[in-house]
Amino acid sequence: MIILENINKSFKDVKVLNNLNISFEDNKITVIIGRSGEGKSVMLKHIVGLIKPDSGRVLFNDIDLNTINKKELNELRKKFGMVFQDGALFDSINIFENIAFPLRQHLKLSEGDIFKKVMSRLNDVGLSGIELKMPAELSGGMRKRVAVARAMILEPEIVLFDEPTTGLDPIMSDVINNLIISTQKQLKYTGIIISHDIEGAYKTADVIAMLYKGAIIETGNAEKFKTSDNPVVRQFVMGSMTGPIVI
Amino acid sequence: MNFILDYFEKIGFYVLYLINELGSLIIYIWNCILSLFRYSINVDNLFDQMVFIGVDSFFIIGLSGLFVGMVLSLQSYYAARIVGVTYMIGPTVALAMTRELGPVLTALMITARCGSSMASEIGTMKISEQIDALEVMSVDPYYFLSMPRIIASMIMLPILSIISSLIGILGGYVVYKFFLGLNGTVFVDMIYKYMKLSDIYNGLIKAVFFGIILATISTYKGYEASGGSKGVGRITTQAVVLSSIYILFADYILTSILF
Repeated sequence: MIILENINKSFKDVKVLNNLNISFEDNKITVIIGRSGEGKSVMLKHIVGLIKPDSGRVLFNDIDLNTINKKELNELRKKFGMVFQDGALFDSINIFENIAFPLRQHLKLSEGDIFKKVMSRLNDVGLSGIELKMPAELSGGMRKRVAVARAMILEPEIVLFDEPTTGLDPIMSDVINNLIISTQKQLKYTGIIISHDIEGAYKTADVIAMLYKGAIIETGNAEKFKTSDNPVVRQFVMGSMTGPIVI
Repeated sequence: MNFILDYFEKIGFYVLYLINELGSLIIYIWNCILSLFRYSINVDNLFDQMVFIGVDSFFIIGLSGLFVGMVLSLQSYYAARIVGVTYMIGPTVALAMTRELGPVLTALMITARCGSSMASEIGTMKISEQIDALEVMSVDPYYFLSMPRIIASMIMLPILSIISSLIGILGGYVVYKFFLGLNGTVFVDMIYKYMKLSDIYNGLIKAVFFGIILATISTYKGYEASGGSKGVGRITTQAVVLSSIYILFADYILTSILF
């Protein structure tokens, strides 16, 4: 289980996370929603130790990420997969090598086994036949699906998605959402998704949490969010200009 | 009164900036050294960088060395003719190339060709979150990106420096014998007479240091990239300018120690 406990984080004079508390249940998908610039990605990077909090604790199975050394952190990160906002595919190598990269770094597999695993993951994301293309040759949606395939290749316990549907058309967004649901069912990972795609959140989430002014202001399932009395949540899910959220 | 305060404020700002930069650079070097103890070097990656820095630069290094050697021979002639010591042109060209111009010229050319590429490549990886992706995949970027470049540069710079010096001396010989119409045997004999082995290996020691400096500064600057393509352009320029300045500064220090 992942727990963020009293996390505070500022960049220069701007307070981004303000006494944030949240826990992520195992084998479930939690979607964090909130406006752009609210610190959702910063929160996500705390979970994998890419950013350290000014105060507070990030606990993974009761291990505090801030108290372990780099080698231990790297061991722990092998349990994580992450899909970055623009895919973050390595642009100097082809799609096959991108997906095979974690395998080559951490497992001693034969070329045949690597080939089978990569092709199987590519097939899972519906992209068989593109393995020799370079990342620059792919559309945004394809790059994100490749990023999903790469994040899943080591069969991680936890997968983090940073705005997986941002910038995609509604049909491709649905493809990505279905992909998240199907891979989670297959691999039983704990999914943490950062998004402002409300419909996608309703579809994929077991739990939704809303981040506002650096703290979690509401947690619950899709139904709770649809009928929330909280004016901030209501304004956000309705996509309304008027309300307590000042633009 | 205010302008005096402004003046000191500016000085203070630059001093703090320099201390901050120096501190960051020292931490970066420390992290790179630590990564060597944590992981064994990735040989494939190292080999790729050696090819990029070394083999792919042979032509440009040879060409620049050739022209510098030729110019050196020609310029030396005008001075040597006045005092009647044209037989000293050979040692002048050879000593200048091995002790000074070979290593420095090579380092500056490699900074322009490969240092800029290192900074922009790592900078682009930084702003497109590829370095974050490496870290999440438990791959230390210092081990995976920085060290192969630094070690490859350290190995290849002396080799390139030797090539530059040899071709430079050859260029000087061609000008001496064929354009100036002087005795080529004198050119070679005088080199044997006045050149010591220490002139060559001290030049190579310089090249090793220059290799470390240019790759360390260029990779370090890459990690500082922010703010999109403009940011990558800015750190690339900084990498080339800073590396060149540090190389010239180190050249003075090393020359005063070694020779």
